[in-house]
Amino acid sequence: MNEKLTALREKEIARQAEVECRIFCCTSTACLSSGSSETLNVLESGVKAQNYQHHEAEVVQIGCMGLCSKGPLVRVETKGKPEDIYGSIDGELALQILAKHLPRSNQSKGESAKEQDDKPAQLREKIAAARKKRGLIRNAINPDLPFYAKQTKIVLSESGLLNPESLPDYLAHDGYTALDKVLNEMTPEQVCNEILASGLRGRGGAGFPTGQKWHFARNEVSDIKYVIVNGDEGDPGAYMDRTIMEYNPHRVLEGMMIAAYAIGASAGFAYIRGEYPIAVDRMRRAIRDARRQGILGKSVMGTEMSFNADVRIGAGAFVCGEETALIQSIEGKRGMPRMRPPYPSQSGLWSKPTVINNVETLASIPPIIQRGADWFASIGTEKSKGTKVFALTGQLTNAGLIEVPMGISLREIVYDIGGDVPGDAEFKAAQTGGPSGGCIPASHLDTPVDYENLNELGSIMGSGGLVITDSTTSMPEFARFFMDFCVDESCGKCVPCRVGTVQIRALLDKLLEGRGEAGDLERLEEICRVVSTTSLCGLGQSAPNPVLSTLRFFREEYEALLPS
Amino acid sequence: MAKKQSSNGKSRPKRTHPSGDERYTVIDRTMKRFKYEKDALVEVLHATQETFGFLSEDLLIYISSNLRVPLSQVYGVATFYHLFTFEPLGKHNCIICTGTACHVKGSAEIVSALSQRFDVKVGSTTDDGLFSLSTARCLGSCGIAPVVVLDGGILGKVMAEAMVKTIDEILLEEGEIQSTGEASP
Repeated sequence: MNEKLTALREKEIARQAEVECRIFCCTSTACLSSGSSETLNVLESGVKAQNYQHHEAEVVQIGCMGLCSKGPLVRVETKGKPEDIYGSIDGELALQILAKHLPRSNQSKGESAKEQDDKPAQLREKIAAARKKRGLIRNAINPDLPFYAKQTKIVLSESGLLNPESLPDYLAHDGYTALDKVLNEMTPEQVCNEILASGLRGRGGAGFPTGQKWHFARNEVSDIKYVIVNGDEGDPGAYMDRTIMEYNPHRVLEGMMIAAYAIGASAGFAYIRGEYPIAVDRMRRAIRDARRQGILGKSVMGTEMSFNADVRIGAGAFVCGEETALIQSIEGKRGMPRMRPPYPSQSGLWSKPTVINNVETLASIPPIIQRGADWFASIGTEKSKGTKVFALTGQLTNAGLIEVPMGISLREIVYDIGGDVPGDAEFKAAQTGGPSGGCIPASHLDTPVDYENLNELGSIMGSGGLVITDSTTSMPEFARFFMDFCVDESCGKCVPCRVGTVQIRALLDKLLEGRGEAGDLERLEEICRVVSTTSLCGLGQSAPNPVLSTLRFFREEYEALLPS
Repeated sequence: MAKKQSSNGKSRPKRTHPSGDERYTVIDRTMKRFKYEKDALVEVLHATQETFGFLSEDLLIYISSNLRVPLSQVYGVATFYHLFTFEPLGKHNCIICTGTACHVKGSAEIVSALSQRFDVKVGSTTDDGLFSLSTARCLGSCGIAPVVVLDGGILGKVMAEAMVKTIDEILLEEGEIQSTGEASP
């Protein structure tokens, strides 16, 4: 690492080590919607009002801490003490946190300050009053909770630890050391081999080995090559990629640059969903800060590598998550997929060799480089290595973002991490993979979660949405919900998908409206088979999955809709 | 053509749109940033919608002639993507998330409650232009489902009844309830 960055890093480490009490407030989308901007405001103005020195206390904005259903989350780190985590912290409780964790205010200094503003004084009084209040303890979250204890964090390892908008903070957490290592110690071929050896597979859904993809692109001869970060996370019920970009945009950028070095790319784009303004903002900021410090640009960290990155915003088309459609969209056209081959690694963006990787895939790269392929390969199952981030949502006590080793059973995810279905209702099915996936019933809860096992159950890993339904959900109705989505999102290029999905939905409508006839289920299965075998792209090929998997495991619910 | 313009883009005299509408400069600036490349179409549409709120026919024609992209293609691209709208939104705007997690948590009830109470179909605006109702496919706040975006602010764990009440109050506060109130029993 060059001197400038090392100095920046050491200065930040020294600064952080000095601070007595650091209060971290989650400002990711989920917590913001639960009101964390007010929490943050109270914490910040409270610390300011009490006139602490810089080394006494600081408030840090952080990205997602996982337990989104209990937001806004606040974490307190005091020198020499175990950390404290609190959930559902509103402005009132934020005062109590300040009262509990910070020393008494520096009144004397406050009074000697030249202005006697009313507001800080009022705030100081409020904090003093909060000292007498109890109740904060009810909001404490035990860090040893199964929700946290059962997780293995690689992609989310800095979750709750760093300020996503600060490059020095990322450097202080060993940021860009992996990039530094590949630039100075490894050849592009070695990088590809390392990633191949780690067994990392694409986290966007299809599960193609990442190292292999890079090898293909590296072997192409071209004047210019591109890297694209696929942040067009369209699956309803999934928000892993958005959270990763919101909590640690520099990690994604670093992974992207390592990919660029490995294949010899000189430019890259981060394609992010238009519905994710905070992610767009933070990625843009990361790119700008990195450029200022010479991490991006003509001479990457003082080496001969040249690389530039930019953000492109999606405009709300699910199919643009498909790589060839995404390329069309960056080129300013309708985002319609095309036939493969040629694969993007041969002819992609502007017909140049292009590697497209999912956000989570790229965020996994720096730890693999830092800690080695063997370490990564030691986690997970034989064919699925490492960890997977899931957005665990639906009818659960603990909804949020989790990262678990591949091969963990669904039962552990639902009951230990998710904390079971609330109320009297019972677990019915786990829906994975969004509209391209399927429903897994209670009888298969002990299945280890990996690419192969989920495929066998007629579902897919997908990007990582995991929605839990309870006994109140009707499966045929649930299938129609997904088919509605596919009808809406079909780009209309190929007939099986455009027409087939409409026909499937019509049949489901007919059944649900009580007009079902004998033979309808067979007809439904046949159309599903045609759509899945003859569609052009992944969206069409997987569109019937929700219907087929519910037909397989909950057939009696469909049969109940037929005349007896 | 586009390439040629980009090379002397700087020397073009500064001009405003004949209508005198200053907002057109935002479109111009975006096109300039991308050197009037045709590839910038989606980005230009984004900037335009952000500035004007929706894409009118005039705006599409303006973009078409400046980027040298056939109008049919501009229209084709703009209609392909869900985020672009061609009609102005109502004064108050409510987007209900109908993603999987929100669906499981009952977002359909919210949709039907609001559309009944305010007599407005999903994806349209009340006749008086005060209230627009639309749905979205997952806003990525699944941890706090069901989610509603009301006038730009995200609300989590929403109950249908409370939502109707909130919007009732907003409209009432502005003395706007008369027109929508008649529609309800």
